[in-house]
Amino acid sequence: MRPLKLVAVSAGLSRPSSTRLLADRLAEAARRRLAEERAVEVSVVELRDLATDIANNLVTGFPAAALREAIERVTEADGVIAVTPIFTASYSGLFKSFFDVIDNTALVAKPVLIAATGGTARHSLALEHALRPMFVYLRALVVPTAVYAASEDWGTGGNSHDDGLAARIARAAGELADLMARRPAVTDTVVPFEQQLAALRP
Amino acid sequence: MSTTQFGIFTVGDVTADPTTGRTPTEHERIKAMVAIALKAEEVGLDVFATGEHHNPPFVPSSPTTMLGYVAARTERLILSTSTTLITTNDPVKIAEDFAMLQHLAEGRVDLMLGRGNTGPVYPWFGQDIRQGIPLAIENYALLHRLWREEVVDWEGRFRTPLQSFTSTPRPLDGVPPFVWHGSIRSPEIAEQAAYYGDGFFANNIFWPKEHFVRLIELYRERFAHYGHGTPEQAVVGLGGQVFMRRNSQDAVREFRPYFDNAPVYGHGPSLEEFTEQTPLTVGSPQEVIDKTLTFREHFGDYQRQLFLMDHAGLPLKTVLEQLDILGEEVVPVLRKEFASGRPSQVPDGPTHEALVARRRAEAEADGRPSVPAGSAS
Repeated sequence: MRPLKLVAVSAGLSRPSSTRLLADRLAEAARRRLAEERAVEVSVVELRDLATDIANNLVTGFPAAALREAIERVTEADGVIAVTPIFTASYSGLFKSFFDVIDNTALVAKPVLIAATGGTARHSLALEHALRPMFVYLRALVVPTAVYAASEDWGTGGNSHDDGLAARIARAAGELADLMARRPAVTDTVVPFEQQLAALRP
Repeated sequence: MSTTQFGIFTVGDVTADPTTGRTPTEHERIKAMVAIALKAEEVGLDVFATGEHHNPPFVPSSPTTMLGYVAARTERLILSTSTTLITTNDPVKIAEDFAMLQHLAEGRVDLMLGRGNTGPVYPWFGQDIRQGIPLAIENYALLHRLWREEVVDWEGRFRTPLQSFTSTPRPLDGVPPFVWHGSIRSPEIAEQAAYYGDGFFANNIFWPKEHFVRLIELYRERFAHYGHGTPEQAVVGLGGQVFMRRNSQDAVREFRPYFDNAPVYGHGPSLEEFTEQTPLTVGSPQEVIDKTLTFREHFGDYQRQLFLMDHAGLPLKTVLEQLDILGEEVVPVLRKEFASGRPSQVPDGPTHEALVARRRAEAEADGRPSVPAGSAS
């Protein structure tokens, strides 16, 4: 059986970035969860490196080579982890622009885990008010647990009793892994022309 | 004329020259388009194609009027479109207009059908953009019949029914104009072109080749599937976009302000990035030759190569100089290169004469009379 492909998209801007750190932890948790039944290839798309390409794509309508490769990886993935810093009450503009230049059917029925970082926990519901509707619009299968990591969360413990960051990462990654493992293979086909003609007959 | 046909296609935009700030009038632009078409014949090109647009800053709303005028002033040039809107034009009117043009131009006519991507245009012509693909499919199915059947009874979803309708004049020599289906991204259109055995024109000028390699492969494969020949016998057209001076550096220096301010891609990637990623070539005639030769490697032997030469506010004088270089230094080399090693079963670019000859051969094989109504002789 071919390995499952898991792609983490990180819109973090600083280096090192807590957004990237969260993406890596989620990806590792999902990989470990799946490891018993399936091999998993994990890769990360750093949007910071693609910022100019993304802006150019908005202007020209096509992606430059590096961006195209990233878009293809996300499109072909069996599961996606999408992580953004919360800026001005929502996802960052860079994060949104990346998903704006991907074909709007690329994520249909694809398992997606949404996550975000911020300086304070008061922004955590941006995940439910901004990210979840966006991915639902794209008809992705968004897992029930969204993971928000505020600065203070990085210091919490991993037990399920206080539902600290580590526990939430484990729960969300488990939900993603379960969806990925049960995902049916999809094939892309062109509708034969006779069918297109027949559909129009009065 | 043989193997690959070479020509130019124009969008017909009225754009300010960024180096002078001057915007030509509509009248100047229309006359410039005609001058460019005449120049195309003078320098030995095979095809002139005009776009169709119904909103400023574009002028060519009435392609057959312009092409009829050009037909009267040329002898050899094939007159075509890029594209004719199959969604918002009544297919009955397309059938009539292009058959009339075919008679006036002694058969030097074909056309490229496209859906058009300007949403507001649809309601101006009583249509709905959400029906774009079904409109393209149904309208062409009707157009195809109007040119091939003397009397048509027809009923569809988007147009009033026709009872015992005959589209006049009948196509010259009973042979409809050759049809290309133009597309930038829709596999449905490649499928449509393949189904009818028509040509497929991939307007690849603004995008990287990988995307078009897939689209053209699909078209070739489906062309064979529908029994029109081998994949290599499918009829493929490609775009190109060039600016040339003897010295590469001079070309880049002169073209950069036009690139940087171009309506389509200006204020985005640099000229260097764009030329690396798309067919745009800015440099010496040799660089244009080298780049165009790669098209054949990527897409296979093909039938028509059209260049975009006159947009983004380039002055007429410059465009005419560009056409001199294209006709004198670039196309003769490309003709020779494209002809060498081209397998004999690969079709030449489509001409009226060739279509007439094919029709005669088919009619004789079937024992039918070969001279139909509407014949020139």
